[in-house]
Amino acid sequence: MSSDHRITETLDVKGQSCPMPIVKTKQAIDDLEAGDVLEVVATDSGSMSDVRGWADGTAGVELLEQVEDDDLYTHYVKKTEE
Amino acid sequence: MSTDEPPTSADNVDAPAAESEDEIDAEELRALRERVEVLEASLAESDAGDDEKKLTIVATQGTFDMAYPPLILASTAAAFGWEVVVFHTFWGLDILHEEKSKELKLSAVGNPNMPVPNALAALPGMDTVATRMMQRRIDDNGTATIEELIDLSIESGVDLQACQMTIELMDYDEEDFYDGVTTGVGAATALNHMADSDVQLLV
Repeated sequence: MSSDHRITETLDVKGQSCPMPIVKTKQAIDDLEAGDVLEVVATDSGSMSDVRGWADGTAGVELLEQVEDDDLYTHYVKKTEE
Repeated sequence: MSTDEPPTSADNVDAPAAESEDEIDAEELRALRERVEVLEASLAESDAGDDEKKLTIVATQGTFDMAYPPLILASTAAAFGWEVVVFHTFWGLDILHEEKSKELKLSAVGNPNMPVPNALAALPGMDTVATRMMQRRIDDNGTATIEELIDLSIESGVDLQACQMTIELMDYDEEDFYDGVTTGVGAATALNHMADSDVQLLV
């Protein structure tokens, strides 16, 4: 789970399932500034597809990386614009 | 082009005529180029305005299981930045009803996934048993409660609407609903939202 990204904030959504990882990610991103990187730690395997889909369909965010490690799914989302 | 062909053989002999035809073509080309530019500009404009998608869901069911799909889709669409309207009518109103939303039941009868046959499922109290089973699964799975999803939806700007006609039909009061629920709306409002939407769903 080690990552080279300069993380601004970590969001822990372990134990939460759809749609919470996405909804909470969106809320956390809203509170960040352009250039910030959000680390999202989830246990929901569906978050791999959902975070990617959300990032693809949402303006102003970029999915940097997704890491699967045991039962943890970690996503690195960068806010690219306000 | 084929319609132009027959006279061309004659026109080709007559050089000045061909020249004037060329001039008209150049003018037409200029006019067409200008037109394309105007159209491209207006297309870019309408594309920019269409960036935000819109979802309208009509929620008609008030059972425990059927309350989830509209709320999950609505809160997720809001996370995408979509404009979202959920129009609740008939039993769908119970989802927005502060007291009733906490007592929504799963129907044990007519559900082929239930571990008991319909004859047993029809016995008194079986809906409560089925609901408790489902509730336990939801808690174990870390799935949000209906109340949480309603709060999240309202917080993220989802317009949860309660159909006025069915509020009266069900003998509910506007005060019975969660804060932030829109009342005083009917089928025409719902249709306008549907016509405006990129995605429309009936649940």
